[in-house]
Amino acid sequence: MPVIEAQGLRKAFGATVAVDGINLRVEEGRILGLIGPNGAGKTTALNAILGLTAYQGELRVLGRDPWSARDQLMRDVCFIADVAVLPRWLRVSQALDYVAGVHPRFDRAKSENFLAKTDIKRTSKVRELSKGMVTQLHLALVMAIDARLLVLDEPTLGLDILYRKQFYDSLLNDYFDRTRTIVVTTHQVEELQHVLTDLMFINRGRIVLSCTMEDFEARYLELKVNPEHLAAARALKPIDERQVLGRSLLLFDHVDRQQLAALGEVRTPTIADLFVAVIGNQAGPTQGGVR
Amino acid sequence: MTTPSNALPDSKVETQTIAPADAVPTRPLYWSIRRELWEHRSVYIAPLAVVAVFLFGFFINSFSLPRRMRALSALDSAHQHQALLQPYDFAAGVVMLVAFVVSVYYSLDCLHGERRDRSILFWKSLPVSDLTVVLAKATIPLVIIPLLSYVLTFVSHLTMLLWSSTVLLASGQSVSTLWAHVSLFQTTLMILYHLVTVHTLWYAPIYCWLMLVSAWARRAPFLWAVLPPLAIAALEKIIFNTAHFAKFIGYRFGGPQAFTFPSKADMPMHQMMSLDPVKFFSTPGLWLGFLAAAIFLVLAARLRRYRDPV
Repeated sequence: MPVIEAQGLRKAFGATVAVDGINLRVEEGRILGLIGPNGAGKTTALNAILGLTAYQGELRVLGRDPWSARDQLMRDVCFIADVAVLPRWLRVSQALDYVAGVHPRFDRAKSENFLAKTDIKRTSKVRELSKGMVTQLHLALVMAIDARLLVLDEPTLGLDILYRKQFYDSLLNDYFDRTRTIVVTTHQVEELQHVLTDLMFINRGRIVLSCTMEDFEARYLELKVNPEHLAAARALKPIDERQVLGRSLLLFDHVDRQQLAALGEVRTPTIADLFVAVIGNQAGPTQGGVR
Repeated sequence: MTTPSNALPDSKVETQTIAPADAVPTRPLYWSIRRELWEHRSVYIAPLAVVAVFLFGFFINSFSLPRRMRALSALDSAHQHQALLQPYDFAAGVVMLVAFVVSVYYSLDCLHGERRDRSILFWKSLPVSDLTVVLAKATIPLVIIPLLSYVLTFVSHLTMLLWSSTVLLASGQSVSTLWAHVSLFQTTLMILYHLVTVHTLWYAPIYCWLMLVSAWARRAPFLWAVLPPLAIAALEKIIFNTAHFAKFIGYRFGGPQAFTFPSKADMPMHQMMSLDPVKFFSTPGLWLGFLAAAIFLVLAARLRRYRDPV
């Protein structure tokens, strides 16, 4: 059974269509990055998956309908909506007490261990913590829950690079164990490149690209073309071209690596490069995934 | 972060050894109520503060008690009763008034506040149903605050009686008159009855209405709770020149006085002596109120599911 399965998932707010018929299938043990510009429909799609918003179309999360069974679903699903949702009046000790009191799969000792590695005091209130510490606290709560699906919506928004790195390190080292599934959205794509197993671009409520990271590395190549070969390289139909320090960088989809190597330096593009090429131009491929 | 090399094997051992704590019984309702009290500390601080202020005033006032007792002995029993009971009535009245104000404030804020500070996204990330949350919140004005009012009234009455007795004994007077008129046990029972019938049962639809508005309104829940009923009453007056709706609202706030306290002319304490539970519980308004309260709560739970943070 897939962890998330959506068929024609759609959500409109009045005349604005936020999610426009998404088909999605996420298997167990994947770390999916959902990448898209502001207003692309990422958060709406995640809210539907988490039972926070009503939707049209078919959607099953761990075999359940999230809208009608949110409270049961939350035994197996965790989410961090963004950094600012822990109430400011809450004490750290109260947060631990409450989650331990209502969540059957919360392991308090694990959470305490994680907190012990931080500077967060048990007696502090959330309003007294820095933004980074609030995220650490939320992560400490969430990581101690033995959930099957973790959804992170811009979890590191507004954090400095040290906290961001630490966040993903903790997530990979202390939480992810290949039977869990993580779905994450972020604008800080670079830090995620080596974390993800699957990649999905979403724009204007539609999925514009969906592939595994292996596919991504096999399919997409960036060529720093030698000026004399520029015409030859362009003939291979790059999906994007940009100028960096007077050299042309061409992005190719499904072109042989050997063939490109003859024309200049070849490397795997970053997710950000591909994102700009696909979404920025909107001339890019709108074909679905390879999967 | 500091010791990533150590953290990795540690956590692997943990995930293997610690099984999902499914066996641990969780009590969502109990913890949801505790969470409300963590957030809304005014629920108990405000009544406590008012009682403290009142008792302070009573202590100051008690220095003139021996002189007043001597003056009272010239009066007949009914007037003595009235004069002696007055501060006790007043204490009970003050606690109940504060409890009502706090309940109204709480009911209006409870479902709006969590959307305002976006914390609803955290609460919804836990396996607690919307209905459980709404019921836990309703417990505060319907159970917790009346219970607290009862305890506070009892404690302040006891303190007042003991203190007055001490003052009288110290001045060489008898406490028999005081104790004959202030019968603590009877008073306590009456107050409990009043709190249960009026503050919990009769007012339930009021608090539940406020909670519904709190769940519904995007902003200014107080205005949304108060202005539409006022507008309806005003329109009715202008169009039909009648006041049925205003009377209906007044009846809900005033309580079924005719049934609970038949002798209106007396002091509240006297009224409560002639309570009629049979008449009270056979008032249709009471049962219609329960029905309305239940509908409001279910709607509030539904709305909590739909509403986004504001």
